[in-house]
Amino acid sequence: MSIAAAERRDRRLAGLRIGAFGAMVIVLAASMLFAIGAGRYSIDVPRIVEILFARLMNSGAPLEQMDERIVLLVRLPRVLLAALSGAALAVGGAALQGVFRNPLVSPQVLGISQGAAFGGALAILFGYAGVVLLGMAFALGLVALVLVGLLARINGRTEVITVILAGMIVGALFAALVSIIQFIADPNTSLPAIVYWLMGSFSTATWPRLWLAVPGMALGLVTIWLLRYRLNLLALEEQEARSLGVNPDRERWYIFIAISLMTGTSVAVAGIIGWIGLVVPHAARILVGEDHRALIPASALLGAAYLTFIDTLARTLTAAEIPLGVLTALIGAPVFAYLLRRHFREANRT
Amino acid sequence: MIRLENASVSFGSRTLFSGISFTVPVGRSMAILGPNGRGKTTLLRALLGFQRLANGTRSVPNVAGYVPQHGASQAKFTGLDVVIMGRAAKLGLFGQPRPEDRAAAEQAMMEVGACHLADLRYDRMSGGQRQMILIARALATESPALVFDEPTSALDLGNQARTLELLNMLRLRRDKAILFTTHDPNHALAAADDVLLMMPGGREIHGPVAEMIEPDRLSELYGVAMRWVEVSGPTGEMRRAIVPAFSGMEAAA
Repeated sequence: MSIAAAERRDRRLAGLRIGAFGAMVIVLAASMLFAIGAGRYSIDVPRIVEILFARLMNSGAPLEQMDERIVLLVRLPRVLLAALSGAALAVGGAALQGVFRNPLVSPQVLGISQGAAFGGALAILFGYAGVVLLGMAFALGLVALVLVGLLARINGRTEVITVILAGMIVGALFAALVSIIQFIADPNTSLPAIVYWLMGSFSTATWPRLWLAVPGMALGLVTIWLLRYRLNLLALEEQEARSLGVNPDRERWYIFIAISLMTGTSVAVAGIIGWIGLVVPHAARILVGEDHRALIPASALLGAAYLTFIDTLARTLTAAEIPLGVLTALIGAPVFAYLLRRHFREANRT
Repeated sequence: MIRLENASVSFGSRTLFSGISFTVPVGRSMAILGPNGRGKTTLLRALLGFQRLANGTRSVPNVAGYVPQHGASQAKFTGLDVVIMGRAAKLGLFGQPRPEDRAAAEQAMMEVGACHLADLRYDRMSGGQRQMILIARALATESPALVFDEPTSALDLGNQARTLELLNMLRLRRDKAILFTTHDPNHALAAADDVLLMMPGGREIHGPVAEMIEPDRLSELYGVAMRWVEVSGPTGEMRRAIVPAFSGMEAAA
């Protein structure tokens, strides 16, 4: 195929890609509207749009109607927090998979979530919340990632299997440390707080909590989006990348810090929500391909839509809320099993 | 320009080579020959800064147009995408490829005759096709140096010939310092001005191709008897090639 033909195909692919992104935006909007409307007090979509529009026009008006209060004070912050966390977890997974050249890693598989959970639990044990909890979750998540990186790097090479095993080791270590904290925590005050927080839920979402999460997640998302072409270059062999003027060690660290920031923040505001970073980037790859310039935004949109939807299921399926981590694992574990088998079947074929 | 001065590399107590000095100026092409395990690849790695020098200094452009033996094998990108990656150093940390990077990549593909590979997935290409893409990528860097790690080793005879034609074309343009390693002295004859031989005992000698590629030196280099044979060139004229004189060789009828 000549370059002219390649350009024609590029234009067709660009068209398809715009279509795919349009569809993802529509899915996200639909998922958020459904989430705001669904619940014990259900509100239909035209009324939601009316309430949101009225609020945008006149943000100072007092909230008099019941449905206004539910939409604006209860469900909207929760939906926005779920969407933001979904985007952050999915983008973190996609970036991590790019850096490790391996579609099977995710913040949870690598123990980052468990590290962040230990940091958060430690903060709760000492009676801290808010920014301190968030900072501790970020710092310990980063420590976990550094440990995995150091453990998995043998003779300057990082193999797929050593990364996954190192992640298991570090994850297990931090999970044990969390158990120790639960063991020594006060059963009347801090223990229930730690346990409910760890199960993963957006039920405590409020506007202040959303604003607490926005800086870290936004900073992480924007950093990775800016580095989207570098992620393509980091998919090359180490020495090849270096010969092209890339500094793989340094650039990997920028991405690791961004991922830890997003994972730590999401664990701090909503506990451990596993599997998003594994399942969503895989779906995004099927839709838009491996190029991170498309994969990163696609993961963000799909992750936001997916977690918003799952959170709505969690609070509407039964009378009591189902912990989010349970639902994401019920879907994520079989998908991971499928990915793992397919990955090694392909690896054996070539 | 590519220069190595008094360079030594050792692994633990074992010294692979020491005191190697050579210069490849812009406009010349040098081939490095040596048996397996004598450090051809290590020499290139040291030159490119992937391997620490125990002694000596290296001088290569910051981005050298490096053509690895097996590059980018996992990446599910198109040929054009892989060539555009040659522009990485010109983009900056947050940069995206611009139209001029695409144009430079297309130009490089044109020069190596790889335009038909622009849209093919790299991970589905044959070894010869990948080689063309990696050479185009090295050209797209616009580096004044080109470094090839055994560009012909993994290829069948047809692709070897095509790669040598390309190497020679690049040499005759006289606008790059070119360095390549090879196992075949005839490839040095085909595409190099100078030759560096990695002799036994960590010694090296280098000089113009006509002085270096001759039976006595190569017999010492490889430890087998070498001799000239006459072959007909592409237009029927007689040329010389150098081959090992092993006993099982078919006698001419």
